[in-house]
Amino acid sequence: MNGPIRKVAVFVAIMMAALLANTTYISVFRTDSLNAEARNRRVRDAEFAANRGAILVGNTAIAESVSGDGTRFPYVRSYPDGETWSSVTGWYSYDYARSGLEQSYNDVLAGTSSEQTFTRVMDVLTGRRSQGANVSTTLNAAAQKAAVTALGDKQGAAIAMDYTTGEILALASTPTYDPSLLSDTNLTAARDAWSTLLNADEGPLKNRATREVYPPGSTFKLVTAAAAIEDGWVPSTEVDSPDSLPLPGSSRSMGNSTNCGGTRITLEQALKVSCNTAFGNVGLQLGSEKLQAMAEAFGFNQEQTIDISAATSRFPTDIDAAQTALSAIGQYEVAASPLQMLQVAATIANDGTMMRPYIASAVTNRDLSVLQSTTPTELGQPISSATAEMLQQMMVATVESGTGTPAQVSGLVVGGKTGTAQWDLDQPPYAWFVGYAEDPSVAIVAFVENADIERNDISGGRLAAPIFTAILEALR
Amino acid sequence: MSVQVQPAVSDQVIVYNKRRGTELALILFAQTFGFGGWIITNLNLYGDLPDNLIPVACIWFGMGIAAHLIVRLKLPYADPLILPSVFLLNGLGLAMIYRIDQIPDPIKTDSATQLLWTALGLGLFALVVFLLRDHRRLQRYPYLLFIAGLVLLLLPLAPFIGHASGGAQIWIRVFGFSFQPAEVAKILLAIAFAAYFYEKREVLALAGRRFMGLELPRARDLGPIAVMFVLSILVMVFQNDLGTSLLFFGLFTVMIYIATERIAWPILAGAGFVGAAFAAFFFTNHVARRVNAWLDPFSNYDANLQIISAQFGLAWGGLFGRGWGLGRPGLTPLAKSDMIAAALGEEIGILGLMAIVMVYGLLVARGFKTAVTSPDGFGKLLAAGLSFTFALQVFAIIGGVTRLLPLTGLTTPFMSQGGSSLVANWIIIGILMVISHHARRPQAATAAPQDVASNSEDQTAVIR
Repeated sequence: MNGPIRKVAVFVAIMMAALLANTTYISVFRTDSLNAEARNRRVRDAEFAANRGAILVGNTAIAESVSGDGTRFPYVRSYPDGETWSSVTGWYSYDYARSGLEQSYNDVLAGTSSEQTFTRVMDVLTGRRSQGANVSTTLNAAAQKAAVTALGDKQGAAIAMDYTTGEILALASTPTYDPSLLSDTNLTAARDAWSTLLNADEGPLKNRATREVYPPGSTFKLVTAAAAIEDGWVPSTEVDSPDSLPLPGSSRSMGNSTNCGGTRITLEQALKVSCNTAFGNVGLQLGSEKLQAMAEAFGFNQEQTIDISAATSRFPTDIDAAQTALSAIGQYEVAASPLQMLQVAATIANDGTMMRPYIASAVTNRDLSVLQSTTPTELGQPISSATAEMLQQMMVATVESGTGTPAQVSGLVVGGKTGTAQWDLDQPPYAWFVGYAEDPSVAIVAFVENADIERNDISGGRLAAPIFTAILEALR
Repeated sequence: MSVQVQPAVSDQVIVYNKRRGTELALILFAQTFGFGGWIITNLNLYGDLPDNLIPVACIWFGMGIAAHLIVRLKLPYADPLILPSVFLLNGLGLAMIYRIDQIPDPIKTDSATQLLWTALGLGLFALVVFLLRDHRRLQRYPYLLFIAGLVLLLLPLAPFIGHASGGAQIWIRVFGFSFQPAEVAKILLAIAFAAYFYEKREVLALAGRRFMGLELPRARDLGPIAVMFVLSILVMVFQNDLGTSLLFFGLFTVMIYIATERIAWPILAGAGFVGAAFAAFFFTNHVARRVNAWLDPFSNYDANLQIISAQFGLAWGGLFGRGWGLGRPGLTPLAKSDMIAAALGEEIGILGLMAIVMVYGLLVARGFKTAVTSPDGFGKLLAAGLSFTFALQVFAIIGGVTRLLPLTGLTTPFMSQGGSSLVANWIIIGILMVISHHARRPQAATAAPQDVASNSEDQTAVIR
């Protein structure tokens, strides 16, 4: 009977070998895909509980990982003064992923980027728990607080940027929220907080500064004016400004909301008083192609290059004359994010050179070695410096004696443009103000979507300009 | 029935090394694995040594020494590698159950119960060693044992005491205690088969006609096969227990093959089992679901949560594991019982799991070696059959956990939580050790050299 016993033993050896071969197969071929599976709680827990790097403003953390409660999550993400910074940091949650800088710098914050491989290996060898790298930002705490305070309960956004470098100094979207609620390790509480925030009428989770686009209204006249000057106009070039401009090929006509000061005025006067019919005529004379080319040079219809997620602003293509006239004053299908209008003002202020906006200035390991650092980058030259100077002159005039007078700050040279964008006759219009100061060299956009006030009181000058000056005062 | 024809006795006597000292050293060494796992779990979870370090050490290592003393006293010639393997596996199982005990709040005490069962298993091992002086005494009542085994096997289907859990009707519950009678039936049937086949081996081997190159048995000798076949189907259909069905059919097939030395038997039985399995696949939801969970677990995340979690655990552990206490084995349902291999894979790694498979391989190999060495046919059959049940269980359950096979609910011998299985397996070890002692006793070498003695010419054989 020994023969069969040996054969059975060989059979058993084959069974055991199959087990070993299969475990080897798991280890070599299946591990990576299993660990990448979204429903793998072990991986998600470990990631969520990791000792993530901090996001810093100066030396102050606006997002950091602190010791958590238990074994499942030894660390928890915390946001000191989260309501002030949520539009920059974004949230970091177990069930709802990430946003803002938490998302765009996730790999370095988590310590999983390829640059950190060496650090990770050293951590394993020395038995340390691995830590992510810190992200330093260009933000200015005073400007950010001023922006959030000035926006208050209003639904709106404000961004400030040093136009010579592209450093974002403040980026706020209101109403704001506390991202700590979403990073709660009590997952039920985090889910409840998420659904409350998601379903709130005011849309606190929207990032109005970068992720949403709105009709830019009269602030778009800066782009129209830039196109005109590049086409050979000067601020003193005169243009018809009737009380009512019939839109070609339609029975409708365009009216003015302000007194233009005559039926034929200069381009400078038109910008100063935000004369619709004058700019409608400018648009008609230039034609849609030149307008579109200028808008696209400023970044419309192109992906934004900022280092957090941002929406693409739109300028319509293939439009007729009436649509061109409307588009020239920022109506019809023109839609811009506050960030996009900031780029327009900043480029004009920076003598025609457009800088790439950025928030993260450097990524630093815990041993203070620098992993990445950002240097100012030019995105292009949409307008010549001569054009920029003429536009600056017109914007300064607007603040000195035009619709932008509420934006005056004593002792500073300030240029700006107001905007009151009607988009639905039953809804309050959007209030805009874009502008810049010469010293400090900062461009600022203030945008109010809904302020819950009487609709006749809404105008860019009255509602948005004070936000502009508040931020500017904070940066002096 | 006694041993029938003995070859003529030569004037030489074979004397095996007892190696009891080696056995003691190996037992203590093997025990440190589970013991160390327990201590490391405490260090990793609580940063401190366990409170009851000294008493547990005394109990645990005391059990190893006691087992050794029993063997030294009663079975001095038994194989010295079997007990160390068992203690290694049993210890790792205890440590992992203790580790999983720590997950819920408040913590559980299943490991203490399991330690108690281990002690009881060891006690029954001692009882077998003391009462069963000669394993050939088990040969006397094949039919009685067969019927007793059948009754035990089908007992969970009986009203009032039968009890289903996790979809399988394999428990009985008496006076508040749950028990899996199939575990004891496994032993009784193995003994019954060994006795029956040893007695009938010539009839089963020689009678019958050739058909397509195979020696077919006579119809009336097919009776036992038919009974076993029907029984397996009954177990599969009414108890929803694929694993037990596979186990008994495998045991039966291997024993009849060894007894008759006719390859026709396993081919016939294997074909029958494959046919039954296909039928089960097409006609029962249970089997089809298991097969689907095996081939494409992610097609139904909720239904296949168990096997998916086990895969996640293995992947999370990686090659070297997370370390005792540092993985998340609690995320896998039934991590203490069916899925203990996945829990071990997560915390001591794929390499640790492989080492465990190797230890099982070693244990089975020593069992087969006992069978090969044993001078009496009944002992050969019994040792080979019992060893094969270990191999089949390990293959089915670890293969199921690692998705080599569809998952069947079998216990992982000596490691899974559960008293019936642990106690039954310790009894089997007792029987194996008794056979081994008889096989390795000094005895006159037979004139016609048996394979055992001719070790010079087949040094490379897998099992000697």
